[in-house]
Amino acid sequence: MPEYVAPLRDMQFVIKELGGLDIVGRLPGCEEVTPDLVDAVLEEAGRFATGVLSPLNQPGDRAGARLEDGVVITPAGFKDAYRQFREAGWPALNGDPQFGGQGLPHLLSGMVSEIWNGANMSFCLCPMLTTGAVNAILRHGSDGQKNIYLEKLISGEWTGTMNLTEPQAGSDLSAVRARAIPEGDHYRIHGTKIFITYGEHDFVENIVHLVLARTPDAPDGVKGISLFVVPKFLVNPDGSLGARNDVRCVSIEHKLGIHASPTCVMAYGDNEGAIGYLVGEENRGLEYMFTMMNFARLEVGIEGIAVAERAYQRARDYAQERVQGREAGVRGGERVTIIHHPDMRRMLMTMKAQVEAMRALGAAACIALDVAHRHAEREERARQQALFDLLTPVVKGWCTELSIQIASMGVQVHGGMGFVEETGAAQHLRDARITSIYEGTTGIQANDLIGRKVAAEKGMTAKAVIAQITAFDRELAGASDPALIVIRRALSEGVAALNEATDWLLQTYPYNIKAASAGAVPYLELWGTVAGGWQMARAALLAKQRIEAGSTDLHFYQGKLATARFYAEHVLPRAYACKQAIVHGSASVLALDAAQF
Amino acid sequence: MKVLVPVKRVVDYNVKVRVKADGTGVETANVKMSMNPFDEIACEEAVRLKEAGIVTEIVAVSIGPAQAQETLRTALAIGADRAILVETAAEVQPLAVAKILQAIAQAESPQLVILGKQAIDDDSNQTGQMLAALLGWPQATFASKVKIAEGNAEVTREVDGGLETLSIRLPAIVTTDLRLNEPRYVTLPNIMKAKKKQLDVTRPEALGVDVAPRLKTLKVEEPAKRKGGVMVKDVADLVAKLKNEAKVI
Repeated sequence: MPEYVAPLRDMQFVIKELGGLDIVGRLPGCEEVTPDLVDAVLEEAGRFATGVLSPLNQPGDRAGARLEDGVVITPAGFKDAYRQFREAGWPALNGDPQFGGQGLPHLLSGMVSEIWNGANMSFCLCPMLTTGAVNAILRHGSDGQKNIYLEKLISGEWTGTMNLTEPQAGSDLSAVRARAIPEGDHYRIHGTKIFITYGEHDFVENIVHLVLARTPDAPDGVKGISLFVVPKFLVNPDGSLGARNDVRCVSIEHKLGIHASPTCVMAYGDNEGAIGYLVGEENRGLEYMFTMMNFARLEVGIEGIAVAERAYQRARDYAQERVQGREAGVRGGERVTIIHHPDMRRMLMTMKAQVEAMRALGAAACIALDVAHRHAEREERARQQALFDLLTPVVKGWCTELSIQIASMGVQVHGGMGFVEETGAAQHLRDARITSIYEGTTGIQANDLIGRKVAAEKGMTAKAVIAQITAFDRELAGASDPALIVIRRALSEGVAALNEATDWLLQTYPYNIKAASAGAVPYLELWGTVAGGWQMARAALLAKQRIEAGSTDLHFYQGKLATARFYAEHVLPRAYACKQAIVHGSASVLALDAAQF
Repeated sequence: MKVLVPVKRVVDYNVKVRVKADGTGVETANVKMSMNPFDEIACEEAVRLKEAGIVTEIVAVSIGPAQAQETLRTALAIGADRAILVETAAEVQPLAVAKILQAIAQAESPQLVILGKQAIDDDSNQTGQMLAALLGWPQATFASKVKIAEGNAEVTREVDGGLETLSIRLPAIVTTDLRLNEPRYVTLPNIMKAKKKQLDVTRPEALGVDVAPRLKTLKVEEPAKRKGGVMVKDVADLVAKLKNEAKVI
């Protein structure tokens, strides 16, 4: 059996049956996105992932990336895998057709992204950041910049990076100090950037860095940061590569996980100054960077889903194989595989149910993004953009926090063998651990959620989603199936908790932002739990209808119904606990003086 | 020159095959299906011949239900130029497959028919041979190397004793073995292009072929479960067991 097999059936269910393709397939530019194309793309991506990317995952973790004389050497096989990845045209999946992309919607590319990350997360970070760079240049770059960079970035011939963080400027980007000094048609960039994923590597001949820096007379704080494009090799007017730019990787980090992905310290302008070109206007860099950031946050949420799926697959396979103990309640029975033990079932169901809920919720965010980009009517675009904006911190924060829990549970299923690196379960936990940190920690996501996404618009979008979930209750109302009855009750209790917490937040935020912030992360978790439960309830209702309509795929639909019920019974009740902590628990969070810790 | 590549839709090689409860066959409903791996090798070989400038057109053919179109789309994505589906819901046994392919070969006049030596579902290993007999064309089965030059195919075959090289006159039938090539991963642009390539659908009756089975499947059952081994004390014990229990010496 191969180590990682893309969960195609569930992906197809989410895209084709849960309603996504009905919406996205009708959007302008998506005419070709038919069910058979979806199948063909997912299947071939799955083959590539299983055959090429997944076998490199564990060796890549062991070997790690190395820095030798300023050159980063990726683990054996990675460079060749990237060449195959590029030659197969995968980097161009959702790229703009004007610059050689295939223009496929996020609903599909998000699933493909899960497949890549499930197979080998360290590898995927490189194309993911390249897509982020493409988005920033596409939206804010000049025509000249687009012509120079976009085609080569979309094809994967060059790769891109995001350079925000400096030693003193992590979550707080107002502290950015890198300088940009004007010189003719360009700037000279000086400064140090840290945590630059794939800032240097051996996959391709040129790397295009997008860098935040300050011009000499820029105002303090976030309003004085500009965005620059700084290629590793300067590009001649004919597109050929010119001189080596004054940017170097001076070290790479030793990390808890994603060992194969080089995390670089980049030195700009140690000598004459790195040549950089301004993107858009001066002092608007942070705003532009958020174009990359929002996409990257969605992608990191998907990384969480992917690693959780992989951890689940590994745990499931192990539990099916490992023989230990006898079945509970059976006297003198034979030794059985551990999947026969109820607590193993509980763990596997916890993993499976949450992975499926996260996948469906991630798809819902992708659908909103596709409609926001492509719909013919401006009002609908704006409405869906607001929904995407609301869901982005939820998908990012909730899916990554859960992925850590799920990967940890994967270790637990293996027992002592999970703590041993050899089985591979530990790698998923170590790899998952970064996802709730980079592109904005869970705390940052939660602050974004309560502030910019909920309080700032007085809960308009949040309340609209709550109303939608409440309205869905009517569809469940007639159900006589015991699973659906349980699901309906749990969802209505969950959405009531979400509504109450939202009301409290809207009242509290304007006059006591500290109290509101103390409950921000529980509020994010509450959103994920309930919105995921909503998707599972929709899936359950659909599964029930398919069974009643005589579908022969009972294996899948009965499984879906039972999994949704498990989610309702074991996961959704957490909504109440979150709500209690948010509404009643802020004072104790802040009760101690700093000195009392 | 034109090449015909017959491809079969089979249960995916990663799927653990289960026998139907009533013993009439194996479970194929809601099971992942894909192209027979030997046929994939045949497709790949045809595409390589085209890339080498020897072949000008590749026509993929499949016989089976409407869903076999997916298998043909895969062939088109690998690099076939157009495809023909001979649609039937019936069980089509190797002789009927060969007759259908004969009719298509007569209509298309390819110089080469290249197909898998067998399909991984029934492992018949008959279609290529029967097709050669029906057409009266030379055949080279179990190919691990194919060279086309001056109206001949030089084919290295994997036989029990090692390798055998034959030179056969075209038009001819070649069936592929595992080591002939390693099929490429399909590229995204080719998946997109495959959607737009021509795919014709016909039926066995339209080709004048009666597909009624000649063989009857009586029962399908799982192979006996492997029993656990035993440790023998010494050589004498082993010999005694081989003599008295296994009765092989």
